[in-house]
Parts: sequence; C-alpha cells; structure tokens
Amino acid sequence: MWDWGYANSILPKLLEVIPTTLASAILGFILACLLGLPIALARRSSKKWIAWPVAAFSEFIRSTPLLIQLFVLVFVFPQSFNITLSPFLAGVIGLGLHYSTYLSEVYRSGIDSVPRGQWEASIALNFNKLRTWLRIVLPQSIPPTIPVMGNYLIVMFKETPTLSAITVVELLMTAKVIGSASFKYVEAFTLVGIIFLVLSYPSSLLVRALERRMKRNERRGIA
Amino acid sequence: MSQNIQTFTSDEPIVRYKNITKSFGEHTVLKELDLDILPGEKVALIGPSGSGKTTIARLLMTLESPTSGTIEVDGEMLWHMHKRGRLISANEKHLHRVRSKIGMVFQHFNLFPHMTILRNVTEALIHVLKIPKAEANHRALEILERVGLRDHTNHYPSQLSGGQKQRVAIARALVMQPRIMLFDEVTSALDPELVGEVLDVIKAIASEGDMTMILITHEMDFARDVADRIIFTDGGVIVEQGTPAELFENPKSARLQSFLSRFMKGQPDRSADDRVAAGTE
Repeated sequence: MWDWGYANSILPKLLEVIPTTLASAILGFILACLLGLPIALARRSSKKWIAWPVAAFSEFIRSTPLLIQLFVLVFVFPQSFNITLSPFLAGVIGLGLHYSTYLSEVYRSGIDSVPRGQWEASIALNFNKLRTWLRIVLPQSIPPTIPVMGNYLIVMFKETPTLSAITVVELLMTAKVIGSASFKYVEAFTLVGIIFLVLSYPSSLLVRALERRMKRNERRGIA
Repeated sequence: MSQNIQTFTSDEPIVRYKNITKSFGEHTVLKELDLDILPGEKVALIGPSGSGKTTIARLLMTLESPTSGTIEVDGEMLWHMHKRGRLISANEKHLHRVRSKIGMVFQHFNLFPHMTILRNVTEALIHVLKIPKAEANHRALEILERVGLRDHTNHYPSQLSGGQKQRVAIARALVMQPRIMLFDEVTSALDPELVGEVLDVIKAIASEGDMTMILITHEMDFARDVADRIIFTDGGVIVEQGTPAELFENPKSARLQSFLSRFMKGQPDRSADDRVAAGTE
C-alpha cells in the first residue's frame, strides 16, 4: 500500500513548490492587510457615498466563493477588460482581495476597542482627524489584532490549494500531477497533508504564544 | 456689588451660553440655559447626577453639540459661523481655531496609554502648536515639575497611581496654555487618599493666575476654597448661583438645601455621574 522508496523519490518535487505556495499566501496576506484598513476606514466614514459602496463591495466579496472570484480574474478579465494576469498573480490578488474583507472586520474590532475617552482627549487637545487616527487611534487598535491577523495568515496558507484550480503550481497541483503520472496517489496526497501540518501547526503555536504574551502585557496595562 | 458692576463694564464675558438646550433623543439634559463667565473667573458647578453640569462643560469642549442656542467664546461663536451674512454650523476649521482656547481634564484621565508621560505632555505641543521638539520637551518638563512628576517622565501611564495619572492629565492640558480650563469631576475616579494631591495642584493653578476655570465637582470644601462663584444645577437648569458664602451659608432654594444636607451628612452622591446619554468608558 505505502511505498517508502517512492515517497522519498517524490518528496523533493513537492518541497520544490513550497516557496511558491508560501509566497502566494504571504503576498496575498500583505495585500489583504493593505486593503483591509482602507475598507475598514471607508465603512466607518460619515459620508454615505463612501461608506455604502465600500460596504456593498465588501459584503459581496465576502459572500461569494473565492473560487468564483479567481475564475473571474483568470477568465473574465482577459475577455472583458483585456487584462491578462499570470495564474500566480491572479491567485495573489484573488486571495488578497477576498481576505481583505475579513481583515477589515478585524481592523474594525480593533478600532472599536479604543475607548471613547481617547477620542475625547484628542479633541480636547485639538488634534485634527488625521493626527488622531495616526498617532492615537491606530497605534492602539492594531497591536491587539496581531494574533487574529496571524490566524488569518495560517487560514490563507491552507486556502492555497484552491489556487490549483487556476493552474498555479502549488502543492496540491504538484501532487496531482505526480499521482496521475504513476497512479500512486496515496503517497503524494499524504505528503502534501503532512507538509501543511508541519508548516501550519508550529505557526499556530507561535500565534498562540504571541497572544498569551500580549494578554500578559495587557494585564500590566502596557499593550 | 460695586465690584460686580466694574467687572461688567470693563470685561466682556469670555464664555457666554445663550439659550442653550441639549437633548439626547427624548431626554432633555439642559433647558434654555443662559450663563456668562468672566475672564479669570473660577466657577464651580455643583448639583446631583443628571443635573446637566457635565454637559455644560462637554458643550464648551465641543464633545457634544447643542440642540439649540449659541455659545460664544472670547467674543466669537463656537458652534456657528457667519457666511454671507447668515449664521451656519461651524466647520471643522472654525471649531479647531476656537477650541484652541479651551482645555479639559477628564474624570477618567484619558491619558494615551501607548506613550510615555513626557510624550503625553509634548504630543499636542509638537503636532498641534508646531513647537520644536526641544522647546516642547523643555516646557513639558517645567510643567511636570510643577505637578511633582518630573521623575516619572519616561514611565507609561499604567505604571502610575490614579492621582499621578490625573496630575499628568492636568499637565497635559496646562502645557497648551488654554485661556479656559474645564475640570470634569477630576477626583471622582480616585481613591480617597489620592484626592488631596490632585486638588492641591488645582488650587495652586487657581491661585496663580488669570486662567478661567470651570470646575465640576462633588468636593464641596474644594469648591468653597477655589471658586469665585458657585452654580447649582438641577434638572437641566441653573437653580441658584452666587458666591460660596451665599450658597453654602444661606441656600435659598429647597432643592439646594436638600442637596447640601446630603453632603453635610457625609454622603456625597458620587456613585454615578450625569452623562446620562453621553456615557463614559
């Protein structure tokens, strides 16, 4: 059933695509972080012509499957807008855009956690809106969200197999190619599972440790 | 009395509330309030919870906007401005300019927890008044010295006691050199043994100078010591006002009499404050 020799022989091929897999997750995450904040801020805006369209767009992205969004990027964009993206780039953008709507909610909860008194002190000291955001509110609202952000990075990493559907050569895709060449699927898919486990589990332990440390600081009132 | 007349003719009020009403939904917190405060005057607002006294200060600090009526600060509308001969709501730029004359110290300190004590005090100097950093540090240290916290400049707010935090908050407001300072129940959140150090600092500021001070307080002895005028509010209106001697020795209204008698029995009603709809953190 399980062929050790064969497993050993295909392992290098799988390890080879780890960088692509990690890169798509990390670049997607960075994009999601960068887009998530403006989405969160726009949705809070008192100007309805800003807040409503952004809210509608964000809810739309969040309520439709990532796979469909990827297909739109890869199949519809070249036809309708004459924009052709490489599968990898389309994957990063799709992943980043999709998760930016989730991360915007994380930012929102961080912003909401800043006590009202901080806003009032900023008014009393006559800070303008921009200063209040940059120096008072965001420095206090982002640090508490870091563990949740870390969890989303792990979730996005585990979502990368979806990118195989748009022919990004990541772990699952590679395993499928190996399997279909030899008809030995067990080793290939099992190894992919183990690689995900080996990379994800320590990361989630790291995030948990980070969370514990921040809780401790919070109790001391420093965070 | 003669002194009053002299003040009236020589000094325009620095703050004038004209027919101010403030409602939160159905609930009216202030009803058609008229109030003049003279430059340099120390005014203490006393009254039961929900009487509207905190709202009077919050309207002046632009933390709440009036439902109707106007407020003038130093001869200028606070919440309104003239445009082509019409009175319209003030924009942010206008508020920013008029607000620069006012400072406030809060019940819950509201220090910036992510900044050291020194940066708490210098932040607005540098970024609002655009004072160079070296000069800002110098001024901040001077003020921190005055409130007795020179040695704590590199600490964070969480490392200080409540009384120390409140003294930093006073320094932070004072360093901006506002013409009008609001003190909103600044000792209500403190342990009893820490109240004295904060009141001493405020008394020192009051005795030094020409700063107009509005003190919302439940500390009757303190109000008597510091204030030129006591204003008693209840149910959103000013019920009675006068010198400390007049109000404390000879209260005229039944409401003030019963309010004072509760304090004389040593049961200050400081469990709640009067931000009915405003809330606090």
